[in-house]
Amino acid sequence: MAQLKKLARFRDVMKEVNAKGAALYKNPVGTEDLVILSPYAINYIHSYAEDSPFFLGLARGKIMGSECKACHYRYATPRSHCMNCGAETEWFTLPNEGRVHSWTTCYYGGEEFLKETPFNLALVEFDGVDTLLLARLKGAKEADMFIGMKVKAVFRRPPRYLVSDVHFVPSEKPRKN
Amino acid sequence: MPGQRKVYMISGGVTKFAKAHPDMDFRLMVKRAFDYAMKDVPDLKTSGIESSRISYFSDHFARQLKAASMVQDYLGLNPKDSRRIEWGGATGGQAIQAGWETVASGRNEVCLVAGFETMSHVETWKGNEFIALASDTNFDYPVGGFYTGYYALMVQRHIYEYLRKTKFAHVKDERKAQREATQEAKRIMAMVSVKNHINANHNPYSQYPEKLSMKEALGREMVAYPLNRPMICTMSDGAAVAILASEDVAFKYTDHPVLIKGVGCGTDTMRLADRPHGSVPLFRWEKAEDYSGLRYPGVHSFRAGRAAALEAYKNAGISDPKKELDFVELHDAYASSEIQTYEDIGLCRYGEGYDFVDQGHPFLEGIEYGLDLPHRGTIPVNPSGGLIACGHPVGATGIMQGVFAFWQLQGSIQKHFGNDKLQIKGAERGLIHSHAGTGSSVTVTIMERA
Repeated sequence: MAQLKKLARFRDVMKEVNAKGAALYKNPVGTEDLVILSPYAINYIHSYAEDSPFFLGLARGKIMGSECKACHYRYATPRSHCMNCGAETEWFTLPNEGRVHSWTTCYYGGEEFLKETPFNLALVEFDGVDTLLLARLKGAKEADMFIGMKVKAVFRRPPRYLVSDVHFVPSEKPRKN
Repeated sequence: MPGQRKVYMISGGVTKFAKAHPDMDFRLMVKRAFDYAMKDVPDLKTSGIESSRISYFSDHFARQLKAASMVQDYLGLNPKDSRRIEWGGATGGQAIQAGWETVASGRNEVCLVAGFETMSHVETWKGNEFIALASDTNFDYPVGGFYTGYYALMVQRHIYEYLRKTKFAHVKDERKAQREATQEAKRIMAMVSVKNHINANHNPYSQYPEKLSMKEALGREMVAYPLNRPMICTMSDGAAVAILASEDVAFKYTDHPVLIKGVGCGTDTMRLADRPHGSVPLFRWEKAEDYSGLRYPGVHSFRAGRAAALEAYKNAGISDPKKELDFVELHDAYASSEIQTYEDIGLCRYGEGYDFVDQGHPFLEGIEYGLDLPHRGTIPVNPSGGLIACGHPVGATGIMQGVFAFWQLQGSIQKHFGNDKLQIKGAERGLIHSHAGTGSSVTVTIMERA
């Protein structure tokens, strides 16, 4: 077996472990710690269950919200039972146009999305709907975006059956200033 | 509180929070903090501890299921009652309340509360992914799951509600008004960052002590607009323990126990998108007219924090927190959420958080910040340096706040920190606040010198 590299900086240890599978860390306490690579990957068989119509809707180019049959509270991010009164909800189609309720530009992200940075997130509000929808906002720079900005939905073709099958773009061309 | 026994904290211990502790696994980290706490109460033996509440946030970080059982085992506490506590970012705060409950109920005389997290086991961006799995994995995570992004969305709306519509109401152009309001908020958030990093210079347990200037704080790289690097806590390895005891035994072990005077806990929707737009649950000094036209909590405020504070103040008999509390250790995972929390827990009204900082109210006296602070010292917030500067090993964090508050109230900061710069003279009552999941879970605990 090859000699393990002894390294005094933990950052270097991480690099070596990623490359070679193991390394020794000479820590400031004066002992040596054996550090190994320990991979972990899982494929889940995930059912959208009661949320399924929303994702099937995106595949058909529709954003499906849900409305409480009893109190008529309307959800842009659907739920099959009302959080206010507990009654069942029914599906309805949201408009494809809304407004930015809040927004940000992410320059970093979780590992899965790091390669997509920078990207914009927006909470979108719709006329006559009580709750919001979280989505990417594309085609706009940090300086273009503002709360109240009109946005419209764009659907991914072919669908990946993820919430990211819908994203939003500005309804109007960004103003020059 | 009615119908319950009085519960005291009698000792505490914390490991130095660090980016990585490859020389200690989670069991040894907890053991070190535990031994430190036990040394402070020499008459208490392990045999006198009747139960434990052990907290860590993520099985992904630990990569060891039932890690709490391994802590119980390592500390030699078998075969006693124990359980794991998990509540996202508020895991530590909830563990203290779980320990409080078992002693308050009369089931146990002495309970050990211990927490840890080992976040160095993965790279930072994988760690961010793990944390983002604590958002709805159908609707939120796949959009670009990133907690800093979620808090940026919340503070953007907070700025809109409370600066754009007030201080910048005179600016006619909507986009210009929003941009100017955000610049102003950034300046004030940088002040929070400066405060917490500079306080941490005197806390030997902190991970990021720094003599941070406003210029440096504002100049560093953006993570999610408008939050930049120094406004955000980082990942850490660390452990903390608190030992709780009933009134019958607390004074046997220490002359200076600290009373857990009141506990409170609140919740809200997991998804930001679902947050309601209703009215503010009022403190007694607030009026409905104060908030006419405000749709609450929206995504701009933490209703869970307000609910937790309302319950804790009721239980602790607090009618004016700004006067009756001497300090607050709150969950500043972001400089923005520190400001939002001032309003939730009633240090000021909703909408007054930015001014509260700008006027200097949460800054300590006797510390040089390089800032003009006309009203400093009203109520020091995060004298320890908070999460931003101490680090945030999730399962340990809320307990760490409890330990720092305990030492403040004992007047023993000099003994434990090796200096008394952060000691608030004559502190009698403090508040600790633990927060999780974009404000979906919050605990507030009031501690009082006995």
